This record gives sequence, structure tokens and C-alpha cells, in this order.
Amino acid sequence: MKQFIKLAWRNLWRNRRRTLLTLASVFMAVVLSIAIRSLQLGVYANMIGNSVRFSTGYLQIHAKGYWEDQTINNAFLANAGLDSLLVQDPDIALSVPRLESFALASSGQHTKGIAVSGIDPAKEDAMNGLAGKLIQGQYFESGSDQGVLMGDMLARYLQLEMGDTLVLLGQGYHGATAAGQFRVRGIFHFPIEQINGSIVYLALPDAQALFGAPDMLSSMSLMPRGSAFAENTRRQLESSLGDTWEVLPWQTMNKSLVQEIQGDNAGGIIMLGILYVVVAFGVFSTVLMMAMERKKEFAVMVAIGMKRWKLALIVLLETFFIGVLGVVLGGVLIYPLLYQLHEHPIKLTGTVAETYHQMGMEPIMPASLDPQIIITQGLTVLLIAFLSATYPIWYIQRFSVPETIKS
Amino acid sequence: MSVIQVNQLTKTYNETMVPVTALDHVNLSFARGEFTAIVGPSGCGKTTLLNMLGGLDKPSAGHVMIEGQDIAVMEGGALVDFRLHNIGFIFQSYNLIPVLTVKENVEFIMDLQNKPRAESDARVSYLLDAMGIADKINLRPKYLSGGQQQRVAVARALASKPKFILADEPTANLDSKSTETLLELMANLNEKEQVTFIFSTHDQRVIDKAHRIIVLEDGRVISDTAQTKSA
Repeated sequence: MKQFIKLAWRNLWRNRRRTLLTLASVFMAVVLSIAIRSLQLGVYANMIGNSVRFSTGYLQIHAKGYWEDQTINNAFLANAGLDSLLVQDPDIALSVPRLESFALASSGQHTKGIAVSGIDPAKEDAMNGLAGKLIQGQYFESGSDQGVLMGDMLARYLQLEMGDTLVLLGQGYHGATAAGQFRVRGIFHFPIEQINGSIVYLALPDAQALFGAPDMLSSMSLMPRGSAFAENTRRQLESSLGDTWEVLPWQTMNKSLVQEIQGDNAGGIIMLGILYVVVAFGVFSTVLMMAMERKKEFAVMVAIGMKRWKLALIVLLETFFIGVLGVVLGGVLIYPLLYQLHEHPIKLTGTVAETYHQMGMEPIMPASLDPQIIITQGLTVLLIAFLSATYPIWYIQRFSVPETIKS
Repeated sequence: MSVIQVNQLTKTYNETMVPVTALDHVNLSFARGEFTAIVGPSGCGKTTLLNMLGGLDKPSAGHVMIEGQDIAVMEGGALVDFRLHNIGFIFQSYNLIPVLTVKENVEFIMDLQNKPRAESDARVSYLLDAMGIADKINLRPKYLSGGQQQRVAVARALASKPKFILADEPTANLDSKSTETLLELMANLNEKEQVTFIFSTHDQRVIDKAHRIIVLEDGRVISDTAQTKSA
């Protein structure tokens, strides 16, 4: 084997310039494919992160049937058993209780249908950094009579300022009337317009009082310790809780986001496919040239006693060296750039940023540092390199020794 | 005792509309230690005969028996293995592996035979000494003259301790001084190692050195004569 490795390595450098050019094409393919994929998956992760942090969480627990019929009548009674089950689960970093419903928000002559979210201030802040989004006023403290937090867009629409009163009117638990007046305690600004313009936050006891649902919750949002929950965690929770509960993943609760990502992902994969084809032709032409210019040498080697499969192994090793060198160089050199883009994402501006806002996303392009991306792209390019060796290997198995020596 | 026995060897090429018979019922035998030249005009079948003897091509009919084994019926890996252990080749254009040094070129074939390192090192030293190129051991072929490259090729052919060596026009690309030296070296090794040498050649200097001369014409043996060694 040592002999074959030596031969393959030296063969590679017979034409230094050609090998370097091929290496460069593999290198560029790896860099581009990792960069494209990393930015794409980074943006998806950001979209998912925004979506789940500001809305559902990665998993959400409800009373059975709530997701299909989201009325406050399907709320459940908060209980110590559920809390202790969630605290003991090592995969769950945070469980965030909410009582959510809808109401008519009114101020003077202005009204608007909005979502009302009763929250545990500390846990909500830990989940989505709500306190840090305040541009005026103060975040909730513990207890009741806390007032209301609203987005700057909604405040503008209702012409409300700090200290003004917001009237909420809606339907409470089991047909009771939900009506209350709340002082504007703080105004926040989220990068997501949907939240800015259509949601108000109340402290959980205030929301429970408003909707006539003391100690009741509509959902418990769960955040994972890692980057996501395994499907197994969801199943275990569901089975521990029993038939009267449902544990839903964010993909079920936000199907439009899933479809949006799938559509965009397909486009990205087609782009990568085109890139792979270009690289495949580059590597193939080099490997083919390297093999064809040595036809006579191959024939002599077989004549003097080298088996054809050993010759094929040498060609495969040559391709392997080109592939591995390009992949390793590409992977190592792109990582610092990805790290930089992960820590300091590209901030989108202009109409693109506007589109992101409208779609409820933060207008940034972070890079994903998921090692799976580097591994997958590296292996794909390596596989392409190996496939490029198919024809030379086929040729080696078939060529005629005397005719090739004579040629 | 004959090392090679050729019986009714026939090769017909059917690649054109008219079949071409390159070898026509050839019967020959070669004894151990012979130094034989196969001569004849271009297209008479010399190279075809060497290809058949070396198992590089299949005969249309007949047998090539090497110490009792018919290589005409051997296939694939078995035939390659047989060549590796029994036959040495010397080509007109030397055909050394350009990325290997002189030493590596000679030991290449012994590595294929999985010979122990110490044994192959000793054999390389002996052969390169015998061929007068021991000082070139770490050079790559491109730094050697044609004559020196052909000497490496002879060392490579002998490295595996074959039963016989087939040399197709080995001196065709060499000047007369290199040819003389090479022939002298091959004759010495032929004597020392008792290896059968079979040349195809047009070169009178090779013919003069041969113990036996086989003349081919139109694929048939028209003469097969022994001659006394030249001084």
C-alpha cells in the first residue's frame, strides 16, 4: 500500500500547475458550497429562532385540542405536577407559561383587534429578551396591577404614550366578559412588525384576572438546552403527560415557516447542484488527462506484473488526494470567515430589509456553524472527485496491453 | 530442457475485411539460458510472437507452454501473476516509471512480489552494480541517458528472477556505444543468472551476439540456426 500511496502522490505532482488548478477548483467548490449552505441554514435558524422565541417555543404543551380550537375555553389549570415534570427533564432549559387570547384594544376613537399575552415576566425575558426590547418605560416586576407593554407600532396607531390608559375588551373564560383598563407601562420595539403592531403583554395574574381564568394557562412553551429538541423528547413528554394533553413541535404550529424554508432550501440545493456539476467536470477532465497521458505506462505496469485493480487503486488514490486536499483546505480556511459571520451577521438594508420585516424576520444573515454543513459539503465534493475517477478506472479494466504499448 | 514450448501457434487479426495472419502454425522451443534473436522484416510477426510468449496477447490457435503450463488459456489476475514471477520485459522505449528513482524502478517489481525489503535491497544493489549504474541509484529516469535508462530497464526485468526475458527491439533507440555496452552487460547476466533472453531485433550487433537466430517471414519460421558466440 505504501508503494501505491507513494506512486499516487508523486503522479499528482507530475504536472504541478494542472494539479494546483484542480485543487483550486475543488477548494473553491468547498468554500462556496459551505458558505452558501452555512448562510442559508444560518438564515433559516435565525428565522426559526425568531419565530419560536417570540411565539411558540420549540415545543408547546396545551390541553388536548387547543391548537385546533384556540379559545380561552381550552385553557388548562396550572399545576405543580406539570411544573415538576418539566423541571426534571434534562433536555428542557426553560418552560414559559402563557395565557393567550384576543381582545379589542381601544383608546379614544381608535380600536384594533390584537393578541393579548399574559406572561411570567422573568421567564418570558429569559426566552425572548423582552425587557431588552423596551424603548420606553419599565419592564414588569412580579405581582399584579403591572399595566401593559405594547409595541411602538401599536402605540402609534392607538396614539398612546407612556402612562396613558389602554382599554381591552373581549371574551373571557366560559363566556365571561373580559374588560379592563391598563396603564401603558412600557413600549417595546421588535424587529418583527407583526409583534410590534398586534400584541400587548400583561403580567400573567393580570391576564388571568382580565379573562376570568384564575391560575389558568393556554400554553407552556419549552426551550431546549441544545439547539433543538429531539423528536424523542417530545414523544416522551406526551406519553408522560397522558391523553388529555398535546405536545406540539414548532413545525406543526408554524407550517407556513416550514413551507417557506422548504421552498427556499430547494432553490439553494439546485444552486449547489449546478456548482457540483461545474466542479465535477473540472476534476473529471484533470483525472482523465492524468490517466490518458499515462496509457502506455499503465500498459507497461500491467505487462510486468501489476494487477489492473492495483493500477485502479493508484488512480483512485490520486483522486482522493486531490479531493481531500481541496476539502481540508477549503474547510479550514472558510471556518474563520463563517465564525466572523456567525458572531457579526450581515445586516441587510433597504428593500431587502423591508421584505424581511414584513415577513416577520430580523433582517440579518448570520452564518451557521453547524459542523454537519462542513462535513456534508466536504463529503459531497469528495464523492464527486471519486465519481470523476470512474471512467479512468473503467478504462484501466479494459485497455489492451499490446495495442497500448505499441501506440 | 526447454523453458518454453510453442506448438502450432497461430494468430489471425480479423479487424479488417481481410483477415491477416500474423503467426502461422509456429513451432519453437527455447532452452534455459539461451540468448536468442528473432529477426525478420517489419510486419513478419516478431512482436506478435513476443506478445504471445509473454502472455500479453491471446493466440487464435496453438499453445504456449512455459515449464508445462499453457499460458494461452490463462486469464486475468492469474496471467498477470504468472508474468510477475516468470517473465521479464524490456521495451524499445525503456518505459521506466518516471516518478520513481532508479532504485525504486528496479525494486518496484519485487515490491509487487512482496519480497522482503532486505532481499530486494540486496538484489537492487547487485543488479545496478552489474549494469554499471550504481552511482545513479537515486536519480529519476529523466536525468539518465537513453543507454542508462535501458540498463535500468534490464535490471528491472531481471529483478524478479524470471525464467526468461522478452526484449522487443531493445537497442533500437541507442547509439552504437550504448548498444555495445548494453549487449555486453546482458550477455554477462545471461551467463551468470542462466536466464533465457529472447530478442526481436533488426540490429546486426544484437544478431551477432545471439547464440541462436530465428528468422520469421510472413508469420512463419523460415530458419532457426545456432551460431557460435562472437568474441
